[in-house]
Amino acid sequence: MDTTFSPEDTKFQLEVRSFIDENYPKSLKESVNTKRKNGEELSRDDLTAWHKVLGAHNGWSAPGWPEKFGGAEFTPTQKYIFEQECARAECMIVIPFGINMCAPVIYTFGNEEQKAQHLPGILSGETFWCQGYSEPGSGSDLASLKTAAVKEGDHYIVNGQKTWTTLAQHADWIFCLVRTDPEAAKPQQGISFLLIDMKTPGISIRPIYLMDGTNEVNEVWFDNVKVPVENLIGTENQGWTYAKFLLAHERSGIAGVARSKKAIERIKQIAASEMSYGEPLIQDPAFIRKIADAELELTALEYTELRTLAKDSAGKGPGAESSILKIKGTDLQQRVTELAMEAVGYYANPHIGTSLSNEFVGPDYAANLSGTYFNFRKASIYGGSNEIQRNIIAKMVLGL
Amino acid sequence: MDFNFTEEQTLLENMVTSFIRDNYTWEAREAIVKTEEGWKPENWNQFAELGLLGVPFAEEFGGLGGSVVDTMIVMEQFGKGLVVEPYMPSVVLAGGLISSLGSKEQVEAIIPTIISGEARYAFAHSEPQSRFDLYDVKTSAVANGGDFVLNGFKSVVFGGPIATHLIISARTSGEQRDTNGITLFLVDKTAAGLTLQNYPTIDEYRASEVVIENLKVSKDMILGEVDNAYAAIDENIDRSTIAVCAEAVGILEVLKDTTIDYCKNRKQFGQAIGKNQSIQHRLVDMMIEYEQSKSILYMACTADLSNPSDRKKAVSGAKARIGKAIKYVGENAIQLHGGMGMVDEYMVSHYFKRATMLGILFGNEDYHMKRFSDITQANVTKITDSNSPRIA
Repeated sequence: MDTTFSPEDTKFQLEVRSFIDENYPKSLKESVNTKRKNGEELSRDDLTAWHKVLGAHNGWSAPGWPEKFGGAEFTPTQKYIFEQECARAECMIVIPFGINMCAPVIYTFGNEEQKAQHLPGILSGETFWCQGYSEPGSGSDLASLKTAAVKEGDHYIVNGQKTWTTLAQHADWIFCLVRTDPEAAKPQQGISFLLIDMKTPGISIRPIYLMDGTNEVNEVWFDNVKVPVENLIGTENQGWTYAKFLLAHERSGIAGVARSKKAIERIKQIAASEMSYGEPLIQDPAFIRKIADAELELTALEYTELRTLAKDSAGKGPGAESSILKIKGTDLQQRVTELAMEAVGYYANPHIGTSLSNEFVGPDYAANLSGTYFNFRKASIYGGSNEIQRNIIAKMVLGL
Repeated sequence: MDFNFTEEQTLLENMVTSFIRDNYTWEAREAIVKTEEGWKPENWNQFAELGLLGVPFAEEFGGLGGSVVDTMIVMEQFGKGLVVEPYMPSVVLAGGLISSLGSKEQVEAIIPTIISGEARYAFAHSEPQSRFDLYDVKTSAVANGGDFVLNGFKSVVFGGPIATHLIISARTSGEQRDTNGITLFLVDKTAAGLTLQNYPTIDEYRASEVVIENLKVSKDMILGEVDNAYAAIDENIDRSTIAVCAEAVGILEVLKDTTIDYCKNRKQFGQAIGKNQSIQHRLVDMMIEYEQSKSILYMACTADLSNPSDRKKAVSGAKARIGKAIKYVGENAIQLHGGMGMVDEYMVSHYFKRATMLGILFGNEDYHMKRFSDITQANVTKITDSNSPRIA
């Protein structure tokens, strides 16, 4: 057993750290901080600026891609280090839909034309992708999806509705699961994986506002949308296989350990700044016990993730154990947002950035902390709810 | 032993329920919270007509002379309707302070104006450093001839934007965290020296930051005695905390019922999600949390509030326990609704947000747990008559 980094890994860590230091756009940091404080939505530029910087540097925007497609092809340890450093410097995340979700499907199951057409834009951050999976009646039971694609000549005609489509308002393309064979024996067998240009006539987007007032997700409607058959990935009716591959593909970072660590550091600073019983809150035994509890759980999770990574490097896929990372990781993300909100007492109340109030109140560090707590309730719902993750462990790991 | 309401109380409950049914549909409420003002004066007038603004006040001033249970009945229904008009801040808290501390002349002059709906008071008390400690007051009041001159800052004053008057707490003597030396002042909100910054809260209510600069207040406008307001503040915040608990219990009932309905109707994998045992057990636990909350609310409402130690124990016990239920029921209501729970358009998220903010109001779970245990664990004696060989 050895949990230290090799000399090469340590060197890599320093390389990443100094790259971020020298290249993370200062204007981005300012723009994001100002908008978060004032409760404004981030722009497409805010969301992609860092992606573009990384895309222009040895494929660092795509840590998991093979080098032959322009990716960084990091080892699992390098991926871990890279995420640690990005979280440490509070870098914007790279939006995962193109890089981590669609691209691996394209380079694994797509044809040469599809690779050439799509991979460079995903890598560089020029094209923005969104995910067309969930439908109003198909959430946890994704395979029951109804959006239909009917082949007519050299096109599919797509009709139906997707929902909870994150950042569709910025997207150039959407990758969709569509039903191509309504007669298939099992619902999973009649599904295809289709790439659709968001500019195609017949697509409309309706924003969904979440309880913190943000517009992260949308409904996407398809009304007789003509999609060239060249946009089908792999074989017709094999889409479910690709979707499962996609869900299983990108595991590193699913737990968000590095970001939660940073968040705990921040909570401690807030608790050192807030007063409780006439002393800094960080001296309140009830509160510090909760921070310590979260920190311990996080430390254990970090090692659970490292053990999963080590298995991954040894060529044995991590399998359904990654559901542990999703469950505990999102639980901790939610706990830290709650502790941050709790730390600021009454200053959890103001809601700034609505049409009714733009002038900021309270300490800067309290900005939008309750909004973040409410927003992060999504984490145990999306990406396969934590109930579904438990079903997966029960079935696949425990054999129940 | 009888947990039933009296006939009058049942009438009161029915009156509030039908007001909400007729005037507080979801659409009507949505329209109110989207206005600049964030409340509807017609609703306040209706509260006055129905006698709701007089529930806690003595009959000699035109009130109903209601008990803690009567206030609880109103607040529980207001919780179910997610009523945004500042009944608790203005009627229960500010009205309570005036009743407790006011001179005969003040009470006779002011209470009828609250009951009629003409005047609305807000209590400007908390400060950024005070958190939940009611005696931590920095805002100062210095005697100057027959007047006092106030300077300081009050944070997150609920109902501030809607108030016509403020009750401002200020330090007239002692150190920042002394219980002695706090005085309350009645101030017209238009007074020179007061600046309010109004804003909506995350749960769509309204609050203010209040900057106080050389605000001159005549000594006639002091509420109660100079330096001696703390005991009344503590008591009235406790009484208001019971109102907050009642509102929360009303909200928990809606969250629980809505979630049970959703799980009966939402189908995945060919059946209602409520057919899954893991979901059923969670719903049962939510129901138990609600029942326990209602029980501890009844305990607090029937406790002897005239004895400070009993009162603190009852109120903090209820608030701490209900705080725990808010988290469990609220978070699971969202979780079991899935994406629908996250959406602004659907009502469940609004109940969750309000419940969460009520969890903070007048002290969160930690604060009240400590306040409860400070009382229940004081004066516990060591075992002295034991023959146990383990005790040397």
